Amino acid sequence: MDTAYLIETIIKVVVVLLIFSALAGIGTYFERKVLAFMQRRLGPMNVGPYGLLQVAADGIKLFTKEDIIPTNVVGRIFKIAPVITAATAFMAAAAIPFLPQFELFGYTVHPIISDVNIGILYILGIMGIGLYGPLLGGMASANKFALLSAARSAAVFISYEVITGLSILAPIMMVGSLSLIDFNEYQSGGIGDWIVWSQPVAFVLFWIAAFAETGRTPFHLVANDHEIIDGFGTEYSGMRWGLFFIGEYANMFFISFVIPLLFLGGYGDGSFLGALGLLAKMSFFFFFFLWTRAAWPDVRPDQLMWLCWKVLMPIAVINVVITGFVMMF
Amino acid sequence: MFEAIAFYLFAFLTIAMFFIAVTTSQALYALTALAAGMIFISAFFFILGADFLGAVQIVVYSGAVMALYAFGMMFFDTTRDVKEKNGNKYIVVGLATISAVLVVAIFAAPIVSQNITALYPMVEGAGNTQEVGLVLFTKYLIPFEVAAVMLLVAMIAGIVLAGKQMDLSLTLLDDKEIEEIKNKKMKKVL
Repeated sequence: MDTAYLIETIIKVVVVLLIFSALAGIGTYFERKVLAFMQRRLGPMNVGPYGLLQVAADGIKLFTKEDIIPTNVVGRIFKIAPVITAATAFMAAAAIPFLPQFELFGYTVHPIISDVNIGILYILGIMGIGLYGPLLGGMASANKFALLSAARSAAVFISYEVITGLSILAPIMMVGSLSLIDFNEYQSGGIGDWIVWSQPVAFVLFWIAAFAETGRTPFHLVANDHEIIDGFGTEYSGMRWGLFFIGEYANMFFISFVIPLLFLGGYGDGSFLGALGLLAKMSFFFFFFLWTRAAWPDVRPDQLMWLCWKVLMPIAVINVVITGFVMMF
Repeated sequence: MFEAIAFYLFAFLTIAMFFIAVTTSQALYALTALAAGMIFISAFFFILGADFLGAVQIVVYSGAVMALYAFGMMFFDTTRDVKEKNGNKYIVVGLATISAVLVVAIFAAPIVSQNITALYPMVEGAGNTQEVGLVLFTKYLIPFEVAAVMLLVAMIAGIVLAGKQMDLSLTLLDDKEIEEIKNKKMKKVL
């Protein structure tokens, strides 16, 4: 392993970490603004121009707040749980190609940290581990609301992992590879080549499951404010609670990258316009997360399970079978 | 050099995690250590270049241990220590040692006698995932199908066991209907 490769990788890791932890902070600002405009409010306005410095104010508050470890909690697990959520969110980013490769001062840069040939499986697996954070946080804190949220996160994890896996199986059969770069190459011919046209069902299923995996609003049962306070986060304070938040928002950004890469052509032929296109698609999916939060109520846990096992899973299986038949004959 | 560092690091971490899983009497520690150990094992697959198996290890075992957490949640107060019932210590230690030695001997014997040959050589140009598929659907087709049938049997059994009155949702019934169901059940018991 030569030194240049090592240095390049370390730089890429640092860049991804910095950009996305900053974006996670700014993501909260976007969320407040979008929600506010949709509910005919102004949102944060007082700190800085248009409330832009609100992010910094929140950051200072989170960092300087006292880090309380309540009595009766299982100390070590309680401390490590938020780190799991945040760390796995960023680990998943290792196999995502954020931009097409480009030349910088005569040096070709591949904006993907590690092009493993099982990229999508790795990303989904690591994102799945991210749900261990809420589970452990909830089980370690001696609090009934936290325990309820832990039970819900275990249920969501076990059921929606099935949907994500089965829904992307059909596109994987078509492309014949698990690498996101191969997915992109397969669809690089233009809008007509996008997988979404041949696999619309898989696309919708994966999109629905993405809401469950990131715990966003229609499926926001894990930390549902109006029935179980903040769920797993009830006992947390300061930066440990902030880490849960960073993990959640980073996950939203990464899954918003993965959906276009899988189904909507990714960065296309790799031109500058294609790169902008990927960023635009990513922004749309991120915006859609916020949009649904403003527009839709939460579903009940039993409805969530009903939806998963009685509706989505049969559809996903039928989709895989039909794809198999079409490809065979 | 990096491979050696990674190997020894993850070997140490895996053994430490499983050691905690066995020795601790705190259910949450044990489960978490088990999950961590299972995930650290995937590192060995990645070091050996078996990316697909590594990712599958992560996906499968993180889900499996999650189911164990659900059981832990049902049976224990996970924030307290579990009082374990320890039988005869000598028998436990003796049996554990014997089985560990046996397993090591079984796997080490062919290596020591240098009697190991790869029956299915690498196919040129096939990726990691394809290799697994090739072996699974040629040499190991029957074990694979048998495993599939066994899983199907287990799934049907699970549905039959858990699926009594599955269309009944207590949240959708009013009190009268719930009373009726209760009375019916009481009659059956009597």
